[in-house]
Amino acid sequence: MNFKKLFDKKIEVVNIGLDSFKDDLEKQGEKVVNVEWTPPANIDENILKILQKNKTIIEAANEKVLEIILNGKPYLVGLDIARNVIPGMKENLLLHSGPPITWDRVSGPMKGAMIGAIIYEGKAKNFEEAEKLAAAGEFEFSPCHEHETVGPMAGVVSASMPVFVLKNETFGNYAYCTLNEGLGKVLRYGAYDNETIERLKWIENELYPTLKNAVELLGKIDLKNIIAQALHMGDEVHNRNRAGTSLFYRAIAPAIVQTCDKQEIVAKVLNFINGNDHFFLNLSMPVGKVTLDAARNIENSSIVVAMCRNGTDFGLQLAGTKNDWFIGKALVPDALYFPGFTKDDANPDIGDSSITETVGLGGFAIAASPAIVQFVGGTANDAVNYTLAMYEIAFGENNMYQIPYLNFRGTPTGIDVTKVVEKGLTPFIDTGVAHKDPGIGQVGAGVLSAPMDPFIKAAIGLAKQLKNK
Amino acid sequence: MIKSLVKKGEYFDSVSLMIVGKDVAQMDFVQDATVVMATQENKSILKTADLYLDEFEQYDDTDLLIVIKSDHEEKFDEIFKNVDDLLVEIRNKKDDQGTFNPRSLENAIQIQPESNIAIISLAGRYAGAEAMKALKSGLHVMLFSDNVPIETEIELKKYALENDLLMMGPDCGTSIINGVPLAFSNAVNKGNIGIIAASGTGLQEVSSIISEEGFGISQAIGTGGRDIKEKVGGMMFISSLDTLKDDENTDVIVLVSKPPHPAVLKKINAKLKNISKPVVSIFLGADSNLLKESGAITAETLEEAALLACAISDDLEISKVSEFLEERRKDFGKIASDEVKKISLGRKYIRGLFSGGTLCDEVQIILKKDIENIFSNRALDKQFALADSWISKGHTLVDLGEDEFTVGRLHPMMDFDLRNKRILQEAKDKETAIILFDLVLGYGANEDPIKEILPIIKEAQIIAPDISFICSVTGTKRDPQNRGKTIKSLEKNGIIVMPSNAAAAEIVNLIIKKINQ
Repeated sequence: MNFKKLFDKKIEVVNIGLDSFKDDLEKQGEKVVNVEWTPPANIDENILKILQKNKTIIEAANEKVLEIILNGKPYLVGLDIARNVIPGMKENLLLHSGPPITWDRVSGPMKGAMIGAIIYEGKAKNFEEAEKLAAAGEFEFSPCHEHETVGPMAGVVSASMPVFVLKNETFGNYAYCTLNEGLGKVLRYGAYDNETIERLKWIENELYPTLKNAVELLGKIDLKNIIAQALHMGDEVHNRNRAGTSLFYRAIAPAIVQTCDKQEIVAKVLNFINGNDHFFLNLSMPVGKVTLDAARNIENSSIVVAMCRNGTDFGLQLAGTKNDWFIGKALVPDALYFPGFTKDDANPDIGDSSITETVGLGGFAIAASPAIVQFVGGTANDAVNYTLAMYEIAFGENNMYQIPYLNFRGTPTGIDVTKVVEKGLTPFIDTGVAHKDPGIGQVGAGVLSAPMDPFIKAAIGLAKQLKNK
Repeated sequence: MIKSLVKKGEYFDSVSLMIVGKDVAQMDFVQDATVVMATQENKSILKTADLYLDEFEQYDDTDLLIVIKSDHEEKFDEIFKNVDDLLVEIRNKKDDQGTFNPRSLENAIQIQPESNIAIISLAGRYAGAEAMKALKSGLHVMLFSDNVPIETEIELKKYALENDLLMMGPDCGTSIINGVPLAFSNAVNKGNIGIIAASGTGLQEVSSIISEEGFGISQAIGTGGRDIKEKVGGMMFISSLDTLKDDENTDVIVLVSKPPHPAVLKKINAKLKNISKPVVSIFLGADSNLLKESGAITAETLEEAALLACAISDDLEISKVSEFLEERRKDFGKIASDEVKKISLGRKYIRGLFSGGTLCDEVQIILKKDIENIFSNRALDKQFALADSWISKGHTLVDLGEDEFTVGRLHPMMDFDLRNKRILQEAKDKETAIILFDLVLGYGANEDPIKEILPIIKEAQIIAPDISFICSVTGTKRDPQNRGKTIKSLEKNGIIVMPSNAAAAEIVNLIIKKINQ
């Protein structure tokens, strides 16, 4: 027994620790890779041991989950009113983004959006009335995620709101999402004034029926295909949806013209979509949802199927732990603020839009989106490095969503909670930032690393389940 | 008053933080400062340093604590901002190449599929697990970290042996593999002499002398100091012997170590019987009778071991080495006489200040033959342990690389501050006759030792012009610092530079003897 074979080759070093050792080797012209090491999550040894021991079982389950994610075929198949299609939707129920929350803990923008929805539903005339009703327990709150739905920012959905209907044709499940209102004073950022409510009414009365008829004419629209193309055109479909919106516009515009006989409405609808670069966000998000929901309840899997924030808490769910929520505190994003605003104005992270990261888009695909690098530090290299880092915690790579700059490598897909805790590296999310007070709206856009806490809890949850068997 | 700033989830390695901490402590209005990760150990250090705040309880390993002591309440914001800038600077420095650094070993191997060695220098509590991952990925490992439990070491080495892998360390600072110096090693010639060492600076001294003599190294394998203890059983020492035995590029083998545990020595001796290549051994401080049965050629000093290996490599009679050393002693007598003249009456003690632990040991061993009562913080005889390592007493040899000095500070081979202060402290002592120090060059060590130490020596020479300064320089002409140039600068300033650590000890011995006459 000896190690003589080491002497036959030129040495190639992996350096973990002091950078100077790497520098010295580089100076001598030797090959060396430096690991940017971070300590593993602060988690009970025994939990890691259980996960390690069950590695084969977990990986087998993860293979199954990854296959379901990659085989998903998300289509836009129609539009409808929430109360008609969303499971469990009813009067006096407000869906919201993120994990479950109670009225006393809702953040400013979430509160504003709920009040806006109550006014929109005609249950109150103003803030005070609506607040009184909400505080008195007149409304039920429930996470979108528990109703096959996702919502950006506050993500509030009430019974009368129109929604996109998506179907995963491989597995037959559905997902729902409201229509994007554009920027400025909008419900999803907690605005509830007349302008906001009027826009919502216009969406219900003109935008919705026009789009509904157009989609009916087309039958269905292949959204996975649009996203795949959008990534080649500089979107990561979370913070940048310009290409996705354009592609959707190309698909829907002829059908709108064909199905709507009021020229004035046609113009208004097309201008509205054209003028809102984020219109496609409310389609890329339910694409993530309808793809990942099919992968729920795969026993022993450590892959994340939902990752979301309600402005107070950050929550996640695993394929292998049924409908359990693992919750920690939501963080304030590191953002580029609009003129006149600072980090002090920012609300902690909010929205279901991190479903894009969960399915291998958004921050995970940011290398495809050099146009928004100012959010991540300024250089295109930074964006590439973020995506490269996410391969470390992804179970696999996407078959359809690719990054041109990385030689069309598939995006990192399927966040593996065991890798997150072992490497001490959490998912990287790019996101919009809401003002902490209701009614003000968006104050910036930026990036953040998800908090470690919920991932530790999820690892513990999975380990306990494995141990109890 | 003490104030703190906590950055949750911001991890920095300890060396980066020491560099920042050093700068912070020197900022205006700062009385005391520390920048550390909130580990249990660091928290207890903060407690002893009176820099602990109760709120730190809630933070853990991945949180960064910045603690500042200052009397200027109005300056805290500014100080914290400056610290923040330093942290940003050091983080950006890491990122400035724009290249992607993988976050894990697994991904590093994906990026560089032909990787064959992992050098691991993480904090001890993480290092073992990372080393095992590397071994399991088929990589040989050099584990620089200390504070790795001995059970972990045994587990790692067992796995390595079963899988034909080389497991150097824990606490292995020096190795030269396929001609490439790793971590704290010197740029040596390639040649046919192989070294196996359980001592880092011992390996540096031997390999450098061999190279400076014009000979060369095939492989120099560090095993970590605990390898030759009973529990580890010499696993890597013996496996390295097996490997070098069969290595066609190695014609002579040198073993460098403190005395191995008798059971381990027995194993080594048994192994040596099956090796036809000449083996030179230097087990510093061992009873030479113990070594006789091994069949190895035994040396008394690191230098002698190096010279013996060179002689064998050169097909010379090994008796030439003792002849040469004997001859040289005559010259030393004259140097010593000259130095004694300059030392005033009443000055009678040697004060040795070392950055290399093995070098400190070697001087102790050489001096104790003729001089009694030599105190040290790594005394070979416990009755001469220094009561307070910070204060010399009689003849004193201090290793500044010992844990008591390096907690929260870089190793003295990199950071000269502490030893510089100590040099001045010794110069002020009216009983100091000789200040002896080592300079270890090579990769890993301070890039410009002359710039660090010379101004201090000059200052000390002004304080005490009647002290003898003696030094040896471990390194080679190919080292980034260049040994020849380093020696010239020292000599130009009245410092006696001896060709080896052992030779420096000999001169000291002669001078002290002459003083006592």
